[in-house]
Amino acid sequence: MSLSRTDVEGIARLARLEITDAELPVYVDSLSKILSLVEQLNAADTAAVVPMAHPLEGEVQRLRPDTVTETDQHAKYQANAPSVAAGLYVVPKVIE
Amino acid sequence: MSLHTRTVAELAAGLAAKEFSSVELTQHFLGRIESANATLNAFVTLTPERALADARRADANRAAGTAGPLTGIPLAHKDIFCTDGIRTTCGSRMLDNFISPYDATVVAKLQAAGTVLLGKTNMDEFAMGSSNETSYYGPVRNPWNLRKVPGGSSGGSAAIVSARLAPVATGTDTGGSIRQPAALVGVSGIKPTYGRVSRYGMIAFASSLDQAGVLGASAEDCALLLRTMAGFDVRDSTSVDRPVPDYVAELSAPLRGVKIGLVREFFERGLEAANRALVEAAIGELKKLGATVVEINCPSLPLSVPTYYVVAPAECSSNLSRFDGVRFGHRCKEPRDLLDLYRRSRGEGFGAEVKRRIMTGTYVLSAGYYDAYYLKAQKVRSVITAEFRNAFKSVDILLGPTTPTPAFDIGAKVDDPVTMYLNDIYTIGANLAGLPAMSVPCGFVDGLPVGLQLIGPHFGESRLLAAGHAYQGVTDFHRRVPAAYA
Repeated sequence: MSLSRTDVEGIARLARLEITDAELPVYVDSLSKILSLVEQLNAADTAAVVPMAHPLEGEVQRLRPDTVTETDQHAKYQANAPSVAAGLYVVPKVIE
Repeated sequence: MSLHTRTVAELAAGLAAKEFSSVELTQHFLGRIESANATLNAFVTLTPERALADARRADANRAAGTAGPLTGIPLAHKDIFCTDGIRTTCGSRMLDNFISPYDATVVAKLQAAGTVLLGKTNMDEFAMGSSNETSYYGPVRNPWNLRKVPGGSSGGSAAIVSARLAPVATGTDTGGSIRQPAALVGVSGIKPTYGRVSRYGMIAFASSLDQAGVLGASAEDCALLLRTMAGFDVRDSTSVDRPVPDYVAELSAPLRGVKIGLVREFFERGLEAANRALVEAAIGELKKLGATVVEINCPSLPLSVPTYYVVAPAECSSNLSRFDGVRFGHRCKEPRDLLDLYRRSRGEGFGAEVKRRIMTGTYVLSAGYYDAYYLKAQKVRSVITAEFRNAFKSVDILLGPTTPTPAFDIGAKVDDPVTMYLNDIYTIGANLAGLPAMSVPCGFVDGLPVGLQLIGPHFGESRLLAAGHAYQGVTDFHRRVPAAYA
């Protein structure tokens, strides 16, 4: 499996990652190698196999009652934010 | 015997006998860290004031008669565990400025047990790596040979225990990140069953594989810590509600009559002859201790690496989408618009390997490729898990090497991700199937440690720890400390 520069640029766009022109050929090469490694999976006959949903047999996602369990810690959490104003997270304008 | 060459069990006995205080013990380790960390680069953040405050509290609790088995024991946490009020970087520029607003459950439990926090340990960025070279804070060095890697991703924790800069440290294991570094630096490390230890507050990499565990000087020390770390946590939706055995009490279970299966596939691919010889010698010791040894086949195991490199990147690309430069973490300077903010914040904040895995994951989950990659990998994962399950119908423990070779040179594999990924060829299977597994030291090749891997059925930690403990009762590899740190 070999990816092109255009493929990798498309993947980076989907992943919201800026990749520099210098980095691009490195990723074209290494992602192609990884996909070649992954192609080994084609050798496995999985026609009758159910894909794994959970590592432990019979375990299902646990649900909790829909009740309030968390207290408001707005200020504490926003202490890590790069930009806040009036208790809100600030980002570049998205609506003109 | 000097304080740092004692195990946690021995230090706990010394504290209980008032041979030394926790403050004295903590000062001893802080002094060792001060002289060795610049060379090893094993800590990202040191917390000496916090450590001494913890130690004073531990001594006060002991004086008041309320000390438990871990009260006053110093330790270090892998920097993937959130620590309230302390920087938690996950080895990434993305979180270089992140002060966690809460404690991980593992951190809270060990603190409630009276342990002393020395600092946060270096690691591969977001736990993605097998050599600790992907860390934003630079590579950790192997205490046995400073030119060699300590393994990864829990490389800092491993080096710290190996050089006895702390008696014990926490780690996490998604594809071998506890066992592989434990093997390469000559310490013991256990990855418990998926769901056994809470993942709350443990920064997520691949959520169906991640599990927290311990790196310690001995199987007994791993048991001591795991007994406190394990257990149900309502805050982790995959945490399993099941009683925690007394792993320490169960250490004395004899090996006589225990059936060990040698996984034939583990001895076929790329295993160096010297490593093989040490693993075979260890098998001889286990037989002398009364274990029965048979050969077992898990024919799909060679597919575990390709399976992992679909499943883990897929989950990583989803988990790491939370790092958007908006609510916490790195933000680029002067973003032109929201898309530019996302792309540059992530492009600058993540290192090369993390970006590679995010892109691999994005690709395998993208429209038109999901069935061919992710669904296929989850099917092969079912096949591998079924083979393990089948093996455990006839044996109690599976055995093999932890790694194909001893520690390699820093820089030797950084340019070829696929070669790097093959370091985890023997460890990934247990993660895919959610099984508990541990590595114990079983000898040396040219002065570098080699690890023996034991894998158990789901929730079979007790038997693994007991087997490791029995083996360490007749060998002294786990007692050896690199000469420079003795």
